[in-house]
Amino acid sequence: MTTVTYANTELLVDPEGFLADPSQWSEAIAAAIAAEVGIPELSDRQWEVVRFMRQEFQSKGEAPNVRALAKSSGVPIKELYQLFPKGPAKLAARIAGVPKPRGCI
Amino acid sequence: MTRRVVIIGAGTAGTLVANRLRRHTSPDVAITVIDGDNEHVYQPGLLFVPFGLLPPDRLVRPRSAQLHAGVEFVRAEVDRVDLERDQVVLADATAISFDVLVVASGARLMPEETEGLAEPDERVHTFYSLPGATKLAQALDRFDRGRLVINLVDLPIKCPVAPLEFCFLADWYLHRRGIRDQVELTYVTPLDGAFTTPTASEQLGGLLGRKSVRVVPEFATAEVDHAGQRLVSFDEREVGYDLAVMVPVHGGAEYVTRSDGLGDALGFVATDEATLQSKAKANVFAIGDATDLRASKAGSVAHFEGEILVANIEHYLAGRPLSARYDGHTNCFIETGFGRALLIDFNYAHQPGTGHFPGPVGLPLLKESRLNHLGKLAFERLYWHAILPGRPIPLIGGDMPTAGKNLQPAQRTAQSGGTR
Repeated sequence: MTTVTYANTELLVDPEGFLADPSQWSEAIAAAIAAEVGIPELSDRQWEVVRFMRQEFQSKGEAPNVRALAKSSGVPIKELYQLFPKGPAKLAARIAGVPKPRGCI
Repeated sequence: MTRRVVIIGAGTAGTLVANRLRRHTSPDVAITVIDGDNEHVYQPGLLFVPFGLLPPDRLVRPRSAQLHAGVEFVRAEVDRVDLERDQVVLADATAISFDVLVVASGARLMPEETEGLAEPDERVHTFYSLPGATKLAQALDRFDRGRLVINLVDLPIKCPVAPLEFCFLADWYLHRRGIRDQVELTYVTPLDGAFTTPTASEQLGGLLGRKSVRVVPEFATAEVDHAGQRLVSFDEREVGYDLAVMVPVHGGAEYVTRSDGLGDALGFVATDEATLQSKAKANVFAIGDATDLRASKAGSVAHFEGEILVANIEHYLAGRPLSARYDGHTNCFIETGFGRALLIDFNYAHQPGTGHFPGPVGLPLLKESRLNHLGKLAFERLYWHAILPGRPIPLIGGDMPTAGKNLQPAQRTAQSGGTR
């Protein structure tokens, strides 16, 4: 864990930059993380996905992977890749301040 | 008072749970197993069919014949599970009531999730079903030069090592036919390396390199372009093929998605990773490929889980706390070609590493050997005669053995398993 400052708030993050405590999240923090990963300003559609990600985490206790995210949010996978290049679920989760979607072994 | 345990699915998990439960419970516990057909396929054998190493018909036996006396087999499609009424509703609208339900209906292939993959094409195949593996055997037989591409579309899949084994065996097969130098072998994966855990990924990646299999990592397949003979990723990269061997996206059984509250968006059942009780309802349990657990979708997992699940169903019926706990134990032989194989043995807490199994004197772990290959071959007999009957296997208990291992804590690679 390391400490970083987003939107004038000191926060603990894991080695991959995910917030240690999802309850510390705010929209200003989301914007700061987005800027850091190369999205200077989140579009309405990107916000929609980020908010959906938070909702899913709050109701189910974990963040969905990209396929589950597409199925439950109704945003097609192809568009998710355009909104959040390379790793949509991972990136949206990080911006949403929730833990990385769980993988499998 | 008679109580009824209903098990949906007579595959590896459902069969071994039914048989073990029959031995452990008194006759006033009725056990019913439901499945849509009566063909039990030995799925570990599918890998060998494309290379002519196993005849397809040898893999199939009747499901009903694997179930012990005192277990009722109902051959019917399930329409849905009614969690409020504790009933399984069949396709013909009859309802079967349960006191305990076990979801053991496995995973199904969903080629329709990838654009173009559901369309038939002589150049695009899979070995993840018996008809698919049989057709691929014919296609490989005709194949004598060009680009052979193996693509794992997304995780989770059944037996995450099988696509790698396919690469290793393809290398051996092409050498044996004297055409290895005419063929470019490529492994296309959504992961950032060969496998989901770092130590095994390094070892398996090294093997791919030594066998001249090119790896294309972090490739999220969006489309199979038949006319262009290429796979296209969501971020618009492409890989051309002359013969493509695809592992389609997996999901849970269709009835799960039709049953309110039972499964997730992909039809897998949210399950407690230790007790195997579903998160949907206290009297509903899940096992094997049907769960959303991070453990591999593999027969060994179903086997180790079976012991835990049966103990917890007994606890549940007796009104006791569910004290049996699954540790994530998984055990896989990985066929590497030329009569050799390597073995991995791991659990939730420890990633696959080196050492020996099941103790200091045993099969070498994460290292190619002839002995492991013989172990893999011997497994077929063990499957029908010990695994499915739900018998314990000598020396190998449910919990992962730690003796003889160089233990390494689990840590996942940046993109292990569908976390994009």
